[in-house]
Amino acid sequence: MTDHREGTHVGTQGESPHEAVGLRNQLRERWHAQSERTRMGESLGGAIVLAIFFYFLDHALAVAVLTIAAIYWTYRLPPLPWRLVAQAVLVGVFLIFGPRSFAILLAIAYALSWIPARRRAWAIPAAVLLMAIAYPFYVDKLFTVPVFGAWPDVPTGVYMLVFVMMAVGLNIVVGYAGLLDLGYVAFYATGAYTAAWFASAQFAGQRCPKPGVSVDNCPVAAVPVHNFNFWGVGVPAGTGGIHISVWLLLLAAGIITAAFGIIIGLPTLRLRGDYLAIVTLGFGEILPQIARNGDSLFGYNVTNGPNGITPLDPPGFGHAVSNATGGVLPSNFLTCCTAKYFGHTIESADVYFWFAIILLLITVFCSFRLQFSRLGRAWIAIREDETAAAAMGIPLMRTKTWAYASGAFFGGVAGAYYAVFKSATFPGDFFFNISVFILCMVILGGMGNIWGVVVGAAFLAYLNQEGLANTGAWINANIHVGKHHPNIDVPLYSAGIYGVIIVVTMLFRPEGLIPSRRRAAELHEGVHDEPLYDTAHAGAEA
Amino acid sequence: MAADASAPTLTARFKRPSVVSSVGLLLVFALIVLLIKELTVSPSQFFQVTLIGLTNGAVYALIALGYTLVYGILELINFAHGDVFMLGGMFTITFGTHFFNLHQGQGFAIVPIVFATLILAMLACGAINATIEFIAYRPLRSAPRLAPLITAIGVSFIIQDIGLAWKGPNYVTAPDVFPHSNVFSFKGVDYQWNHLIVVLITIPVLLALLWLVQQTRQGKAMRATAQDKDAAAIMGINVNRTISFTFLIAGCLAGAAGTLYSLWATTVRFDQGFQLGLISFTAAVFGGIGNLPGAVLGAVLIGLIQAWNEGLPWHMPGSDWTESIVFSILILILIFRPEGLLGERTPEGG
Repeated sequence: MTDHREGTHVGTQGESPHEAVGLRNQLRERWHAQSERTRMGESLGGAIVLAIFFYFLDHALAVAVLTIAAIYWTYRLPPLPWRLVAQAVLVGVFLIFGPRSFAILLAIAYALSWIPARRRAWAIPAAVLLMAIAYPFYVDKLFTVPVFGAWPDVPTGVYMLVFVMMAVGLNIVVGYAGLLDLGYVAFYATGAYTAAWFASAQFAGQRCPKPGVSVDNCPVAAVPVHNFNFWGVGVPAGTGGIHISVWLLLLAAGIITAAFGIIIGLPTLRLRGDYLAIVTLGFGEILPQIARNGDSLFGYNVTNGPNGITPLDPPGFGHAVSNATGGVLPSNFLTCCTAKYFGHTIESADVYFWFAIILLLITVFCSFRLQFSRLGRAWIAIREDETAAAAMGIPLMRTKTWAYASGAFFGGVAGAYYAVFKSATFPGDFFFNISVFILCMVILGGMGNIWGVVVGAAFLAYLNQEGLANTGAWINANIHVGKHHPNIDVPLYSAGIYGVIIVVTMLFRPEGLIPSRRRAAELHEGVHDEPLYDTAHAGAEA
Repeated sequence: MAADASAPTLTARFKRPSVVSSVGLLLVFALIVLLIKELTVSPSQFFQVTLIGLTNGAVYALIALGYTLVYGILELINFAHGDVFMLGGMFTITFGTHFFNLHQGQGFAIVPIVFATLILAMLACGAINATIEFIAYRPLRSAPRLAPLITAIGVSFIIQDIGLAWKGPNYVTAPDVFPHSNVFSFKGVDYQWNHLIVVLITIPVLLALLWLVQQTRQGKAMRATAQDKDAAAIMGINVNRTISFTFLIAGCLAGAAGTLYSLWATTVRFDQGFQLGLISFTAAVFGGIGNLPGAVLGAVLIGLIQAWNEGLPWHMPGSDWTESIVFSILILILIFRPEGLLGERTPEGG
């Protein structure tokens, strides 16, 4: 089994993760063959050597390496007396010497680890949620992470949440139903432009107030022709255009995008996986081009071309609702905030952040409910074997179209919310890179696993917005040969970095960082392609 | 193969009704009517643009053949292929200008230099493409179909950034060495040598490829591996080496295309390969993916359509819409005739 001569068998990955085929599995096997004590000694020794090496680069990095090794090995200690003591000591050390905020985070993490396993499934998400909601209050006081720098600020947090939403939406298409969508940015764009059209002065038009005079010869200022306001918030007087309440628009953007997904899906979803991927890529390229050239589409200015549509109306609840709730629900997100709690003045970015959390919660909830619904199980069946699923009576086209529609819905809502947050929509935001970026989030986190996707997406969105710049600054400051500094512009190479992440993940851990168990089994099992000549292998598989 | 077994059953399941194909025919008919109208509006411009389209098509053909060869043998859309083509252009600039001091006004001395640059760029791109296969695709040979496809996208991005780090984010200029004098000038239709040279170099390369795939022992091994890897292995064909060889050949074609394109268009940029690669992939699908003459036919058609769109005077969308038109063709082809113009559904080379 382990001895495939070159060219006789197409598989090199091993038929299950337990078989020591391939370098990674062999190394892992050899590592686990050693006794616990040797492993502990070797890894602690390795950590110390690494820390000494890093000490010359950056002191904080050395401390970080030692801390990670300590956290890992305290977790391996026998639980009751020793682990507790070690954890207390570790927290105490950081309380006295190191960053206090890290000690507090560590203490919370340790407290969570002592919760019984059956409650942990609820307790950990609840704790993470609480800490996320409170994030704007303590972000200024957090420690700096070595290499990555400061924690992301609140606007970056909104960006991260929006992209997590999109990744969870794409996960429905790619992770659940197994349809590779390389044009997810089209859904993002549809949502963003829906918000931009119906909450801005885009369709105001111009006319001269004097009768019978054209706009070009008008002696006084031209006034807008169309003016439609339906619960729109923060619209300056005299601006025309369509202004619909942003809350309605979020829903509308989702529905329109879902309808768009169905329209795209109906003719194309019958295609095989890789053809489908290329067709979605085609749509993902066509739509931004329409947006870019849309300033004169048959003579009409639909999208305002490369200049984009800006500004958009801010979200808000209007004065009536705001007064009725005592100001808890802000009347206008941009001008809302003066209140001060716990030494932190609420800013408008904080409000955007909290509503993004609410939207994300709805998305994750729907995604969970879908996963185990009749529809979700049908998706998994189609993903695993389309022919068998069709034979069991699953309507292929309808099921796949629903996957598309639900994925598109969340992409549209996220796109609309992000457009409203930025108060702008530009065609330059919708490049193919973004599709791959979102796909990279899903793959890195683990296709099919919501928590994996959430973690992967949050991390990559953070990298894109702040992390790469911070990392680049650290590299340029600390890594140098003599007096020669590399001065690499790391964010410029973001696409290549995502490429490396995709390739490394697919080669070494195709199931992602936090895998869905079912998906991992599929990926390791490989295609059911029995070699005719390898009888021992065929027996083992059955 | 289990993955393939579903394909015929599914096509049988969704039997295309005749309405769909008549809609497709209607579209083709409308296009022909449009072209005749263009021809009557301005005949000289029409022929001029058509000749440029042929040159476009020759470059696309070289790239499209790489896609079709790899798809034929592995059923993998090698997204990185377009970027290897881009690297070919960059190699041309480096080899030509820095090693051989290629510049304008050298007379016939450019012939051996261009030839040597072409060979070097082909070899370099072939080696890179085979290396990509060895590192990124071979470990995933037994994984589900989508795994290598996703990896290919990642590799494409990596190569783009290699180009970015190598030559910077701006257009790099190649020396404009092909002569711009007219081959012929007939009633306002001018055909210049630089367009013709591209076609003249492309044709022998295409013939050599056809000979390689259809006449040689290695070509036979490639066709056998494309049909059935297991059966080919039983017959003593070294499957992995054959696949590597296919990637080598595909890379060589991309290198040739890179050299010709960079010397013809005289600019190269790191992200150019991806766009041109997608257009060429469309050409490969158009002609019938896995089918070598089909790829050439599709490439010429796509080249002509692009040139007509960008150059014709009467009510054409213009170069702002080229990508949209090409991708619309891709989508329409995949919906109406997924096997392409010349293809059968069996992915075999030759």
